[in-house]
Order: sequence, then structure tokens, then C-alpha cells
Amino acid sequence: MLRRVLYIDLTSGESWVEEKHDLFEEWLGGTGVATQLLLKEAPPGVDPMSPDAPIIFSIGPLSTMFPAMTKTVAQFKSPLTGELGECYAGGRLAMAMRFAGHESIVIKGRAERPCYISIENDRVKIRDATSIWGIGAARVGVILRDVEKGVGRRSIIRIGPAGERLVRYASVIVDTYRHFGRLGLGAVFGSKNLKAIVISGTEDVAIPDSKRYREVYNRIYRMVVQTDAMEKYHDLGTPINVNVLNQLKGLPTRNFQSTSFAEAENISGERLAEEFLFRRVSCAHCPIGCIHIAMLKTAFTPHHEFEVRRVSYDYEPIYSLGSNLGVTTAEGVLELIDTCERLGLDAMSTGVVLSWATEAYEKDLITPQETLGVPFQWNNVKGYIKAMENIVAAPNEFYAALARGVEFAASRYGGMDFAMALGGNEVSGYHTGPASIVGQLVGVRHSHLDNAGYSIDQTAAKKQLDPSSMVDQIIREDDSRSVFNSLVGCLFARGVYTDENIIDALGSIGITKSREELSELGRRIFLEKYRFKTREGFDLSKARIPRRFFETVSTLGRIDPETVERMIALYKERRGWA
Amino acid sequence: MAGAVAGKPNVEVAKKPRKRRRLKVAHPERCIGCLSCMFACSRINTGRASLERSAIRIKTQGGIEGDPIIVVCHACEDPACVRACPKGALSRKEDGSVVFEKDLCDGCGKCVDACLIGAISLDSEGKAVKCKHCGACVAFCPHDVLKLIEVD
Ligand code: SF4
Ligand code: SF4
Ligand code: SF4
Repeated sequence: MLRRVLYIDLTSGESWVEEKHDLFEEWLGGTGVATQLLLKEAPPGVDPMSPDAPIIFSIGPLSTMFPAMTKTVAQFKSPLTGELGECYAGGRLAMAMRFAGHESIVIKGRAERPCYISIENDRVKIRDATSIWGIGAARVGVILRDVEKGVGRRSIIRIGPAGERLVRYASVIVDTYRHFGRLGLGAVFGSKNLKAIVISGTEDVAIPDSKRYREVYNRIYRMVVQTDAMEKYHDLGTPINVNVLNQLKGLPTRNFQSTSFAEAENISGERLAEEFLFRRVSCAHCPIGCIHIAMLKTAFTPHHEFEVRRVSYDYEPIYSLGSNLGVTTAEGVLELIDTCERLGLDAMSTGVVLSWATEAYEKDLITPQETLGVPFQWNNVKGYIKAMENIVAAPNEFYAALARGVEFAASRYGGMDFAMALGGNEVSGYHTGPASIVGQLVGVRHSHLDNAGYSIDQTAAKKQLDPSSMVDQIIREDDSRSVFNSLVGCLFARGVYTDENIIDALGSIGITKSREELSELGRRIFLEKYRFKTREGFDLSKARIPRRFFETVSTLGRIDPETVERMIALYKERRGWA
Repeated sequence: MAGAVAGKPNVEVAKKPRKRRRLKVAHPERCIGCLSCMFACSRINTGRASLERSAIRIKTQGGIEGDPIIVVCHACEDPACVRACPKGALSRKEDGSVVFEKDLCDGCGKCVDACLIGAISLDSEGKAVKCKHCGACVAFCPHDVLKLIEVD
């Protein structure tokens, strides 16, 4: 059992380790522990990009011990929304933290000049990074792999130019193709002059009862690889949803002006798998292999000379940079995804900002003078790439506004009705019905993954579900995901980790929890997150819902604003907030 | 997907009349770099979750976008590791299998240098980690990359 928190102060250059048995005992790990550390370390009302604002990483008790327990949670105050910042990434980070012997890491302060942190077991070095400042994220990975030790078991996380230049939805790239994408962790890194973290370790984990551990492991492993619970993730991957949602009229198209896209087939999971997919890979200790990598080949002369790029794709970026921008070719979508990767921008927020800007440009709310001649037009891939580069470079007030997110941009230029954000966070790719809207609005990080409202809507499309039972399901997911995210498992494997399997897995490594204890814990973690949200100014009663949601037909038909209002009222009542 | 039946460690292979078995990388290009094999080897043979104690190694060159390289013991006919060991910790049985006696190993690392494949390493306690060709990793590879074959 680790139970160790590593503290790093970039201002003073000091670092130290604290053992916190009670903290992990009470809050399990992952998001449960991170929330407590955030509440304690972030001064109320702190500027998200000030040296006093902390960055927290946490793994959980099952990390690296069981299949698909692959994620690390990051918490911070979001520079995009001004309240809870939380995101998850896979890759090798959780394993590297585990073997380095740190269950959580807290980073505060600001380095005098660009730096990166190198962690090897208990040895922490803050090293000069001025020579790699300004360099793209992929290249920085290559450079640090050369400079640092720990081949095969280390993790390298870093920001691109967007993070350095404080774009409020800049991402942190984890190893290769994985990200802390949402809510602007990249900008918080940038504000601390922190370019990268390299972490590795040699500790290994002894198990008290290794026979029991093996038994539980075998059962869970078998479920992960053999049941069809995981089928869709290792075959086509999440992009399977492109065709599914298009048929269900739930695929946001051209900034949610429509929910079916005539060219969906071209950018579907099927098309990508058949024509572009060349490899599937896994996060460390996950047998699923859901990371789909496409080979994007572009000729740069007529004589069969090609540029080859390897681009990882998922449903969300295909929605945000594809259908939502009216992009009709897979090549176009892959190029836009690759641009996000290069600049270190969150693909979802970027797509939604660009789709708002395209509509605003059509409606003459913004002018060619403001866009510096860049045409904001559906399907204009070249134009969008230039726009993304400008968002990072911020050559004028307009692009600087885009770099602050869609909510801010619309507050300056108008078009709030079609500025597609909930709780200040650009929305994800589902216009399935009221549960998706309410779910993202009430969710702790305003993400579709907080409580999977989109999936509740899809159930409702098959069998009658009244608003009241939708609300109950949202609450159930809010709470149970708080437990799962404390472990910190990959949500794709959520179906495998039933209460029973979680209890047995914990039991096999010496942590006893009952079903009741877990469910109570989930509820408490959720409420603790709301404590932070409210403290930092989030008010559910004042949360804005873009009118566009009520104008465009969803999977469940046109959504009545009153239904949504009623669901929010019910939600508050059942949370005891009414 | 491959059968995921937990492999039974079978260290007594040498005593049985049947042919010697060895681990083979049958389909390296199918590897997804999940490390399930490494965790299986350390879990089943040492009761730990560890990469250092695994006898099979998955190396990624230049991150996971590069081709994974799978390093396993080749069960050599004339094992260099055995000849290199000054303590007699590694010995070759009649049927050709190499047996490792941990207690005799003093961590000099000569076997590591002798095996050019890189199939032997030292764990954090300084003891050699040597493949037993038990097949545990085979049972946990989700992509049929590995096989246990009989050696004539
Ligand atoms: S460890 Fe190396 S030298 Fe020894 S038998 Fe295996 S492959 Fe041959
Ligand atoms: S055959 Fe057995 S000892 Fe050899 S690498 Fe596989 S699990 Fe480890
Ligand atoms: S278990 Fe199989 S697919 Fe996974 S890393 Fe090992 S050899 Fe590759």
C-alpha cells in the first residue's frame, strides 16, 4: 500500500513526501483523495493561473494491479470555467506513479523560467526547459525520451504551444495519444512555467495474499477480454458511435444546427477502420487495445512522395472537428485532430469554439478584419488549421477571445444562443435528449462522462423513461462514478467492475469495503466536489442552457425547455438543495 | 481473442517424460503493448505486480507509436548464460532446459552480459530473472502473440 503524497514547490524548488494513511483510508484514492487535496491546497477564490493554484495528480489502490485500472486523475482550478477542473488520462502515467511510489502528487508555485520535473522514485529534480519551450508536444516527447532514463516504464507528460500561451482549453499530452484534455490543465502548466513531467520508478508491489489476488485477477481478466461488454471498444473503438448517433439523430452537425450529417459515413468508425486504421494499442496493463491509430498519407509532390502522419482518433474529436464543423472527409478530420495534437489544444473545446465562430461569421457577428482574412466556413479544413494556429498565437483581440472559450467569445461578439457550452465547458458530441443536457449541466466537471446522460437518453429512445427516473439515474451514475474514479479505472471497463468485483479486488489487496460503504463514499465524494464548485462560484440555478438545444431535433425529438427545468428542479430536490 | 485461462506455473517440466517446452513469439506484429504478459509473469512467478521481475519484456521504441519489441528467452541449445555464470546458479538439464537457482545467484550480472538477446536481467534485489518457459504469459496475452512450443 502506498499512501504517499509527493509535494513539489516550483517557486522554492523544494519537494517532500508525506505519508497520509487517514486520507487514503477515508477517501480511497483517485478523485476522492484529489478532491480533498484540492480543497485544502487551493486558497478560496484563487486565480487558476497564479502560483498558489495547485495541480494534483492521483492514482488509486487498484492502479496497475488489475486490468484496465489505467487512469490518473488530475485536479486543479479550471482557467476555463473558474471552478472545478478535473480530467483523466491513460497511457503509462498511472503505472509510472505507482512504481515511483507516489499515490498522489501536488505541484504548486511557479518556476522562474521554463522547467520540467524529473521524478525517479523519491528523487525529484527540477530542470531547465528553456531549450524546449515553444516546441511541439510530440517533438518534446522524443527529446525527453532521449535525455531521461527509465525506458519502457516511464511516463512523459507535456504541453504544446497552446499551454505555454495560456489558451484556456490547452491540453497536457500524456505519453503518446492520451491527454488530460479538458478544462485547461495545459494552461495551468504554462502558468507555472512547467513544460513537462517525466516520471519513473522501480518499486514493485508485494501482495499480502497472492493466491486470492490471482483468483480475483483471473476472473476480472476473463471478463475484460471475453465478454462482449468490451467488444465495441476493441473493434471499431468509440468512433462506432458516428453512424449509430447519426441514425438516431443525435450527431451534432454544423454547430448543432442539425443532428444528422449526410456525410457521416465518410468519417465513420467503419470507414476509418477500413481505410486508415493501421494499429491498435493499449494503455499499460489493459488488454483491450482501444487506442486506434490512423495512417494519414498526404502526397507532397505528384511523384508518389508522401508525408505520413500517425493520428489517433476517437468519437469525440470526430464529432467536434468533423460533423460539427461540416467536415466531409476522413482526411480532413484527421488533419484537424493532428493539428490539435501538435498545438496541444483540447479537441472538443476547439471544435466547439470554431463551430460557434463559423456560425457567427455567417451571421456577420464577426468580420474578415477580425479573423485576419481567415475564412470561417464549414468544411474549410485549411481555414480551420490557420484559425487554430491563430488561437494559439493570439495576434489580435478576436483570437485572444477565442482562446478563452466559447462562453467568453460569445459574451464579446454575441451569438450566446448558439454558444454550445454547459457550465462554461464546451459540450460533448451528443444531442440525444434532456438527460444529456441535464447530465452535463449538473455534472461535477460538466462532462458527458460525469453521469452518461446521453446513454440514459438512448435507453429512453427504446423504452419509456419519465423525467423523474432519468434524474434518479443521473444521480446514481454521479455517485457510483465517484467511486470508480477513485480507483481510477478506465470507464470503458466500468461494466466489468461491478460492485462485487470492486469489493473482491479491493479485498484481495487488503482493503475491506462493503457495498453500503462504497455507495455512501460515492455520494460524499460527489458532495465534496460540489463544495469546491460552490466555494468557487458555481451556481446551478444560474447555469445557462444555450437555446440551440431546444431548437434542434434530438434523438428524443424536440426537447421542451420545461422538461429540462423540471428535471433540474427534481435533481436539486433529490440532492437536498431545493 | 485468445483463451484466457490462467496458466499454471509448471516448474517441474524437467521431471516429466514429455518434451521440453519453450516460449515463442509467434506473432510479434499483433502485439498491442498492453504489458499483460509482463504482469502475468511477475504475478504468477513472484506474487508481485512488477515489471522488473518479469522474464518477458515488451520494449517500446520511441513511445507506443513505434513497433513494440518483445524480448523472450530463446532456450538456447548451448546457453551462453549457463556458461557465463560463475556460481553455478544457472544449469542445463538433460532435456536441454535451463534451471535457475536463486539462492546461488550473487547478482554479478555476467549472464546478463552473455545473453545478447537481453533475455536475462537483474531484479531490484540483484537476482537474475530467468524465464522458466512456464507459459503463464501466454495465457494472458489477449492477441495470440505468444505460444508455448515443444522443442525436439
Ligand atoms: S537467457 Fe539468453 S542465453 Fe540463456 S538460454 Fe535464454 S536466450 Fe539463451
Ligand atoms: S514463460 Fe513463464 S517465466 Fe517465461 S516469460 Fe512467460 S510467464 Fe515468465
Ligand atoms: S500480452 Fe501480448 S499483446 Fe500484450 S504486450 Fe504482451 S505480447 Fe503484447
